[in-house]
Amino acid sequence: MALRNPAAEEDPAAARASEPRPSPLEAERSVLRRRQSVRSVLVGAASTALLGGLLVTVLVGSPGWERVRETFFDAEVARTALPAVLDGLWLNLRLLLFCALGALALGLVVAVMRTLRGPVFFPLRALASSYTYGFRGAPLIIVLYLLTFGVPGLRLENTPSVLVLGGIALVVTYGAYIAEVFRAGIESVHPSQIAASRSLGLTYPQTMRWVVLPQAVRRVSPPLLNDMVALQKDVGLISLAGPIDAIRAAQIATAQSYNFTPYIVAGVLFVLMAIPLVAVTDWVTVRAARRQSAEGAR
Amino acid sequence: MSELERLARLEGDDLPVLRLRGVRKEFRGNTVLDGLDLDVPEHGVVVLIGASGSGKSTLLRCANLLEPISDGSIHLDGEHITDPRVDADRVRRRIGMVFQSFNLFPHMSVLDNISLAPRRVHRRERREVEQRALELLERVGLADKAREYPDRLSGGQQQRVAIVRALVNDPRLLLLDEVTSALDPELVGEVLSLVRDLREEGMTMLLATHEMGFARQVADTVCFLEGGRILEQGPPEQVLGEPEQPRTRQFLQRIIEAGRL
Ligand SMILES: Nc1ncnc2c1ncn2[C@@H]1O[C@H](COP(=O)(O)OP(=O)(O)OP(=O)(O)O)[C@@H](O)[C@H]1O
Ligand SMILES: [Mg+2]
Repeated sequence: MALRNPAAEEDPAAARASEPRPSPLEAERSVLRRRQSVRSVLVGAASTALLGGLLVTVLVGSPGWERVRETFFDAEVARTALPAVLDGLWLNLRLLLFCALGALALGLVVAVMRTLRGPVFFPLRALASSYTYGFRGAPLIIVLYLLTFGVPGLRLENTPSVLVLGGIALVVTYGAYIAEVFRAGIESVHPSQIAASRSLGLTYPQTMRWVVLPQAVRRVSPPLLNDMVALQKDVGLISLAGPIDAIRAAQIATAQSYNFTPYIVAGVLFVLMAIPLVAVTDWVTVRAARRQSAEGAR
Repeated sequence: MSELERLARLEGDDLPVLRLRGVRKEFRGNTVLDGLDLDVPEHGVVVLIGASGSGKSTLLRCANLLEPISDGSIHLDGEHITDPRVDADRVRRRIGMVFQSFNLFPHMSVLDNISLAPRRVHRRERREVEQRALELLERVGLADKAREYPDRLSGGQQQRVAIVRALVNDPRLLLLDEVTSALDPELVGEVLSLVRDLREEGMTMLLATHEMGFARQVADTVCFLEGGRILEQGPPEQVLGEPEQPRTRQFLQRIIEAGRL
């Protein structure tokens, strides 16, 4: 067996610099590899085209297609409905922003409260657990109705608007889910990390802030952002309480034109609105993986 | 005068850095430390040996107040640290601890791992802290790894970073729990030589190890732990060479058979 130079093996940069020209074997292999990948791309493209063509043929060839096209995909109706739906969407967006921030903050606080140990914190812990138990099971619509119809019914002074009450319903419902996601993240951080941090003299809150939460949040950011996408859709439920959001605007337009196209418009807008959030989710996931993996650390 | 008041402050010239008296530790009825006495004098290096499960790690964790003790007392520089009124966080700041599995923070660079406590706990300036961290990294031959994340380092490098992280606070006492057990044999040497250097510089240390050769090299005192007490203690030549207790002899015999002496 030939003696190997351990230094060259340890340092990939040095190894690359002195890399010899590929041998005929390697050259032949890479030609073959390239040919194989070209072939698989072609096969993939062909099968996609075939499937797509099939779907379109079935759809367009179906006996009811003309009716469906007129009632769901009418360009003229779409154009007239668009401004109102966009107006509604603006409300969805603002609501989403406030509810997302509110639910994340509430979830984080509740999750941390549930990790507190010792009898002193029993009331906080109990409050936090009963909140998550209660609201994780409660259907959002019921909470929404209770808050938006029930609270104004009390006829208290300074009752907030239905919009604010609906927002609160979304925040408390989603806060419970998000608290559980955060808690799972916190519990996934190994106790030895806490021991190491405490042994350095960090207090419990400092340990949470600098050691546990950064790792926990990184680990759960994909499911958290998925909850955000779900929240984005559920924000539309607020229309049940009266405020005119995108879906409610589409409903009104539909009732006026006897045509379902406005719903399609609203649907497409929702998907478009979700794209940035979904992209951010992917980006965060990749970045989190890269930061801690051998590949990307600088 | 109550017992707590009497113990609150020890006075004397020859006070050890760490003093354990009658320390008991139970885990749900399972007695791990059973009235244990131990002194770690200033600049002294005390090495704990003993079978797996004899309580070495537990003792170190109790000394660092990571575990509450069931009875007895622990004094650090004459201060009774197992007094319930004592702020445990302040005590831990005077003790450095290094773990078997390194326990570096994976989401922080080497430099941030080391700077975390000085910056957040001791509230020192970032520049000053990083300068000191880089000096220490230089000393252990890892200055070029300062911006690296822990999982890019070998086990031996991670453990040296963990030791630097414990040292950057200038602790009075360093607790080392089997700092080489998780390392491949060829990486053990670099960590052991660092510990030997620290000893030369007069760092007060209490450490647990399974490496008898290492114990022989660094220890002033070797303590053999068995049944929750220190069964035998003395200079390494005596405890490892001519043990008085049959149990110590048995233990060493097993280690020799396992090829670890
Ligand atoms: N958190 C805990 N809860 C319950 N029992 C524990 C706990 N920590 C340790 N023990 C028990 O205490 C005993 C001593 O454990 P310890 O880890 O101190 O031994 P050790 O001497 O360090 O062993 P090793 O050489 O394998 O590291 C063991 O029997 C263990 O099961
Ligand atoms: Mg141990």
